[in-house]
Order: sequence, then structure tokens, then C-alpha cells
Amino acid sequence: MPKRVDRIVLDNSDIIIKNWLKIVSENRQNDYTSSISDELFQSTNREFVNVIFDSLGNGGGLTTELESFSERLVNLGWPLSYLTDGLQTFRRVTIDFVLSQHDQIDTDFFSIILDRVDTWVDPIINKLVNEYSGSWEHTVSLQRVALQELSAPLIPVMRNITIMPLIGTIDTERAKQIMENLLDGVIKHNAEVVLIDITGVPVVDTMVAHHIIQAAEAVRLIGSTCILVGIRPEIAQTIVNLGIDLGKFPTKSSLRKGFETALELTGRTIHREKKQETIVEDIMNQLSKG
Amino acid sequence: MELKPCVNIRQEWDIVGARQLGREKAKELGFGTVDQARIATAISELARNIYLYAGTGKVYFETIDHLDKKGLKIVAVDEGPGIRDLSQVMQDGYSTSGGLGAGLPGVKRLMDTFEINSEWGEGTEITAVKWVR
Repeated sequence: MPKRVDRIVLDNSDIIIKNWLKIVSENRQNDYTSSISDELFQSTNREFVNVIFDSLGNGGGLTTELESFSERLVNLGWPLSYLTDGLQTFRRVTIDFVLSQHDQIDTDFFSIILDRVDTWVDPIINKLVNEYSGSWEHTVSLQRVALQELSAPLIPVMRNITIMPLIGTIDTERAKQIMENLLDGVIKHNAEVVLIDITGVPVVDTMVAHHIIQAAEAVRLIGSTCILVGIRPEIAQTIVNLGIDLGKFPTKSSLRKGFETALELTGRTIHREKKQETIVEDIMNQLSKG
Repeated sequence: MELKPCVNIRQEWDIVGARQLGREKAKELGFGTVDQARIATAISELARNIYLYAGTGKVYFETIDHLDKKGLKIVAVDEGPGIRDLSQVMQDGYSTSGGLGAGLPGVKRLMDTFEINSEWGEGTEITAVKWVR
């Protein structure tokens, strides 16, 4: 009995394909694939339906064609719903067609048809969904790694002075990294002064402040000074409203001011050197006087 | 009843989601940058409390648009362990998790109105409003 269903479907694949293509093209009007060119859409549809029938010809299940097809669609960024909708449509079209071939249908035969079509379509859907979610998970984990690499860089700008620029949200994980990188860096670069720049941190709440205070305290314990810079006016106001005491270490509004303070603390000042020409002029003046 | 935008707090990154939505609403209502930062910070505190103490919960936003004044209402609801002594948590410097203990009293100072309801063992609901000036 199931074999008969298979034969009916395979023998009439042309009609089923035609019906399927018609419905899929109609559905296209109101959905996501509107940015894709008509030609590409049609050729993909044809390929899709051929891949499905290939799989059926092999007695259902997965084929290498199906795998390479789904892989290509994942890479091109086609929506998953294109494939699932397509297979859903295929299921409906096929069942409709098989039923239309018989005048009298008892419930046994009906359930055999449903069962047979399900065993073709379901493994394909499962495979595709797995392929897609696998690719998403892969992307997310790559981005997590990328984010981690950005999370707490330490820049030694000058002997004994290092800067840690912080950009973006600080969560517990990142706060830990900040602390570790800060202490490692202070020892490694032999820094006397560390500047923590929070210009790019959107919100400073009690948790963030607490972590910064702890980091600064730890830096103080290993004998260096921590300066908090880049405090925007609105952040300053919220810190005051929250009642957070940042009085234990110096704070500055901008990185420039913080850097000047750091130079002072390490016993250096900024001198503008006289330009070459003015020096020559001075000498000439003196010569002409003499 | 009008549909209120809401953010589910289940993991730490949901705090960022809540904050972003709140900041967007505040911007729409015409809050200045300082008040936007205050609102974002308050949401951050409330959402973090949910994450830290209750595990899961929700943060609702409601825009209040009366003839004479406009404002943003934030409601943080959870079904966590609740708070045993309300007067204690409203003191500066009290914390059960080793934090700064400035969260709830801080939110009260950041916002214009602040209301807290908590039943020991049944959860907590905090409502705070900031008016546009």
C-alpha cells in the first residue's frame, strides 16, 4: 500500500511540481523574499523541488544534494521560513493530489497517505532546522568571542602610564576581566598610574560603580594610582543621586585632564619645544647685536 | 486596558534590553539627557535587583500623558523571595549581596515618585515615576 502512494507521487511528479510552484509563487507576494530577483526565486524553487524529489526517489530521507542545497541557502541568508513554508506546501499539495486520484477513500488509506508523506517531509524539515540553528549558534558564539576580545584592553601609552578605555555595557563577566587585565597590566608594564576611561560606558549604576571602586582599590593595594576619567556631566549627576562615594581616588572629566595629572604624578610636565626657526632667529639677533 | 511594553528579565543581558527600551521611551517623551541617564540608571538598578534576588521577573513601562504633565512610569515585578524589612533596604549602605547598598534608595532619589510593595515569600513590586519638566 505505501508503495502505491510512492508510485502515484513519483509518476505524477510533474503535476505536483507545477501545483507547488504555483502556490509558492503566489505566496511570495506578501512576504520576505521580495528583495530577491524573480529569476533567482524561480530557479531556486525549481532546484528546491528537484532536491525534494531526489530525496523521495531514494526512499525518503537525506541526500547529499539536500545538504549542499540547505548549506547554500544558509550562506546566502535565505529565511528559514522559505524552506519550512515550501515543505509545508509540498505536504499539502501532495496529499491533495493523491486524494484526488481516488474516488472512494477509507480512513485506513487516508492515514497511510498522511503517514507516508510525513516520513518524507519531516526528516527534511528537521535537517534544515538543525542546519539553520546550528549556523546561528555558531555566529552567536563567534560574536561572543569577538566581544570578549574587545572587553578590557590595556594600552601602555608611556613609561609608567597605562590607559584602559572602556566602551559599552559592563556586566559581571566583563567586570571580572577588567579587574584581572588591570592588575596583570599594572605589574607587566610597571605602571605607576592607570587611567580608566569610561567615556563609552552608557550607564553607571551601583554595580558598575562597585566594580570600578574595587578595581581602583586593588590597584592601590599593589602600589599604583588609579584615575577615573571620562565622567560625563549626566553620569556625574546620576552618581551623586545614587549616593556613591568615589572620593577614594582621583576622578577627571576628560582623558586629557587625567593624562596631565598622570604626568604630574610621575614627575613630568609638558613643554612645548621652541621651533627650529625661532631658535635660529634668536641666534641671528644675538649675533647682530654683538 | 492599554497594552504595556514589557521586558522579561531572565538573564543578565536582559537588563541591557530593559534599559534600552526605557531610554527610548524617555527620549520619545522629551526627557533631557540628564533625565534619560537617570531613568536608564534606575531601570538598570531595578532590573538588576530582579536578576540578583528573584532570578526572573518583568519590567513594565507606561507613558503617562495628562493635560498638565507627562511622565514615564516604570513597574518592576517579580515573584521572588520578597523583602523582609522594607525600612532596612531603603537605608543607604545596606546590602545582602556585598554590593554598595545604594540601589533602592538611589532609585528613589533618581525618580520623582517611588513606591514599593513586598510580601515576604511572595515577591516584590516597585513602581517609580519620572515627570517631564
